[in-house]
Amino acid sequence: MIAAYLVLLIPLIGIVYFALAGHRTDTGKLNVRFNGANFLATIWLAINVLNQGTIISSGKAFLIDPFNVYLIVLTAFVGLTTSIFSSPYMAHEKEIGKLTDRRLKLYYSMFQGFMLAMYLVLTTNNMGIMWVAMEGATLATVLLVSLYRTPESIEAAWKYFILCGVGIAQALFGTILLYYAAVQIGDSENALLWSVLYENAGQLNPEILEIAFVFLLIGYGTKIGLVPLHNWLPDAHSEGPTPMSAVLSGLLLNDALYAVVRNKMLVDGATDSTMAGYLMMGFGLLSFLVAAILLHRQKDIKRLFSYSSIEHMGLMTFAFGIGGPLATFAALLHMTVHSLTKSAIFVTVGHAAQLAGTQRIDQIRGLIKTQPKIGWGLLIGTIAIAGFPPFGVFTSEFLVLLATMHSYPWLAPFLLLGIGIAFAGLFRHIQPMVYGDKPEGQQAIKANLWPVTIHLALVLWLGLAIPGFLAHWFSQATLLISGSMPL
Amino acid sequence: MNIGQLDFYTQAILSMAALVGLTSFLMLGQGRLLRLIFVFAMQGFLLTLTTAVAAYSLNNHHLYISAVLTFVLKVIFIPWMLRRQVMQMNMHRDIEALKNNTVVMLGGASLMVFSYYVLHPIVQSSSVVMLNALAVSLSVVLLGMLLMISHRQAIAHVVGFMSIENGLFFAAIVATNGMPMVVELGVAFDVLVAAVLFGIFFLHIRTSIDSLDVDQLNKLHEVDQ
Repeated sequence: MIAAYLVLLIPLIGIVYFALAGHRTDTGKLNVRFNGANFLATIWLAINVLNQGTIISSGKAFLIDPFNVYLIVLTAFVGLTTSIFSSPYMAHEKEIGKLTDRRLKLYYSMFQGFMLAMYLVLTTNNMGIMWVAMEGATLATVLLVSLYRTPESIEAAWKYFILCGVGIAQALFGTILLYYAAVQIGDSENALLWSVLYENAGQLNPEILEIAFVFLLIGYGTKIGLVPLHNWLPDAHSEGPTPMSAVLSGLLLNDALYAVVRNKMLVDGATDSTMAGYLMMGFGLLSFLVAAILLHRQKDIKRLFSYSSIEHMGLMTFAFGIGGPLATFAALLHMTVHSLTKSAIFVTVGHAAQLAGTQRIDQIRGLIKTQPKIGWGLLIGTIAIAGFPPFGVFTSEFLVLLATMHSYPWLAPFLLLGIGIAFAGLFRHIQPMVYGDKPEGQQAIKANLWPVTIHLALVLWLGLAIPGFLAHWFSQATLLISGSMPL
Repeated sequence: MNIGQLDFYTQAILSMAALVGLTSFLMLGQGRLLRLIFVFAMQGFLLTLTTAVAAYSLNNHHLYISAVLTFVLKVIFIPWMLRRQVMQMNMHRDIEALKNNTVVMLGGASLMVFSYYVLHPIVQSSSVVMLNALAVSLSVVLLGMLLMISHRQAIAHVVGFMSIENGLFFAAIVATNGMPMVVELGVAFDVLVAAVLFGIFFLHIRTSIDSLDVDQLNKLHEVDQ
C-alpha cells in the first residue's frame, strides 16, 4: 500500500517544488526525474497487485485492482516519456521567444498537478473524490492550454474550461443521485465507496441508477470527447503546447472513460436492463463515425490527430457498451495501444511542427527528405493508429469487430465503413507531408525520438504477443467488468 | 399532500426550493451585470440558510461547516470578485439587450417541467418532497446552462457556471443531507480554484480582445473561412 501513497505523494511534492523553486535551466530534467521516480513507484505497486491481487487500503480510501493497475502504470509511463520529450521541446519554445521563465514555472508545476489528478482518479475508491480529481485535471490543464497567450489559445482555453466545467457538473449530479440511492440501503459515511457500492449493487434502486447513469455518461462523456460534446477537444489539443496534447490525448481521455466504466459496472449490477450499454454504444458509434468524416476536413495537423483521438475513444466506448467478455478485453487493449500510439504521434507532430515552423498541414512538406527520423516516425505512427497489422491497434480493432459481428452483426458494416473513412482521412493528409520535396531553407532540428521508438515498439509487441502478466490483468479486469472470462 | 401537516424541516426545505428556483429565473431575465451578481449572491445566501436549517434540524454538525464554506465562497468571495471585475471594466452601467427574452423565459419554464418529468420515477421509492427538491435542483442546473447560452458577457457565463454548482449543492443537501465531508471539501476546493482561474482568465481575455464579450472569441473553426 505504501507504493500507492508514494504514487500520489511524488507529484504532490513536484507541484510544490516547481511552484516554489521557480524555473531554472535544469527544471525540465528534474521533471523527468520526478516522473521517472513515479514510474518506478507504479511498477512496485503493480508487482504488489500481481502478487496479492486486489488491494484496498485501510480506511478503504484507495482501491487498486487489475482494472486500474495497468492504467496507473500506463499513466506513469506516458507521463515519463512525455516529460523526456517536453524538456528539450519547451527549452526550444523558450529560445524562440514564445515562452518566459514564469510561464515555464507554471507549466512544470501544472504538469505535475495534472499527473496527480490522473493518479487520484485512478486510485481512489470514492466516487465523489473521483469527480473532484477529474475536475482538478481540467483546472490544472486549463492554464496550460492558454500558455502561449495568443487570442486563439485563450479562446480554446475558455471553451475548454466552460464546456468541461458545465459538462462535468452533470457528472456531479449523477454522483449525487448515486449517493442518494446508496444512503437508502446503508450507512452514509461509506456509501460513495466503489467497493461497497459494487458489493451491494443488487440492492440499489434501479430507477434512480438509470437516471444517474445518463448524467454520469454526459458528464464524463464530455471529457472523453464523445460527439456531440467534443467541441472543446480539437481546440484545446491544437492550441496548447504539444506535450500537453500528448498527455491529454493519451491519459485524460482514458481516465474519463475509466470513470464511466466504473459507474456502468454499478448500474449493470443494479438493473437488469442493457440501457447503460446501449447508451454507450450509441454515443460511441456516433463519435466514431462523425470523427472519421471530420478527419477529412482538417487543416491543422494537431486538430487532425485530435479528431483521430475522438474516433478511437468512440470505438472504445462502443466496445465497452457491447459489454461481452471479448469486447471488453478488446476495449482494455485498445485503451493501452491507443494511448501509447497517440502520445508517440503527438511527440512526432510536435517535432514536425517545430521543423516546419507551422502546424498547417499544407505548409508541412518533405519531412523524410529534411529529417528522415521525424518523417518515418510520423508515417509509422500513422500506420499504427490507422489499424494496420502487425501493430496492436489492429489486434484490438479486429477483436472489437469480431465481438460486434457476434453480438450485433448489423452494426459491423458501420464499423468497417468508419475504419475505412478514417484511414483515407489520415493518409490523404499524411502522405504529402511525409513524402514530397522539402521547402527551401527547411533545416533539420535537434529531436529526441527515443520516446516515439519505445512507444511504437511496445505497440508492435502488443500486436504480436501480449505478455503473460498483462493478459492476466486484462482477463481479470474483463471478469470484473463483464462477469465472465474472455476466450 | 397538505403542507400544514408536514414537519418544520420539510416545510422549510420546500420553501427554500421554491425561492432558489425563483432566483434562477430572476437571473435568467437580468440584463444588468451588477444586479445579476446580486441575485447570484442571494441564491448563495438561500443555500447557506438551507444548509444551516438542515444542520439544525438533523443535528448534523458537519453541515455547519458546509454552511460556513458556502457563505464565504458563494455569498462573499465570488460576488466580490465578479463585482470588482465589472467595476474595473466600467461595465456597471451597461444593459445587455437580451435577444428573445420571452422565448428564453418560456424555455426556462419548460426546462422546469422537463426536470419534473425526468425525475418522476423517483417518486416510487421516496417522498413527493424529495421529488420537488431534486427537480428544482436539476432545473437550477439547466437554467444555469440556459443563462450561459442567452448571455454574451463572460461575467454572466461565470455566474451561470457557479449557479449550476449551486443547483448541485442544493441537491446534495436536501436529498442526501450533504455528501461525505471529504467530498464536500474537495468540491469546495474545486469551486474556489475555478473562481480564481476565472479571475485570471478575465485578465487574459481583456488583454487579448479588449472586451469581455465572448461573441468575439470566434477565431477557431472547423474549416477556414
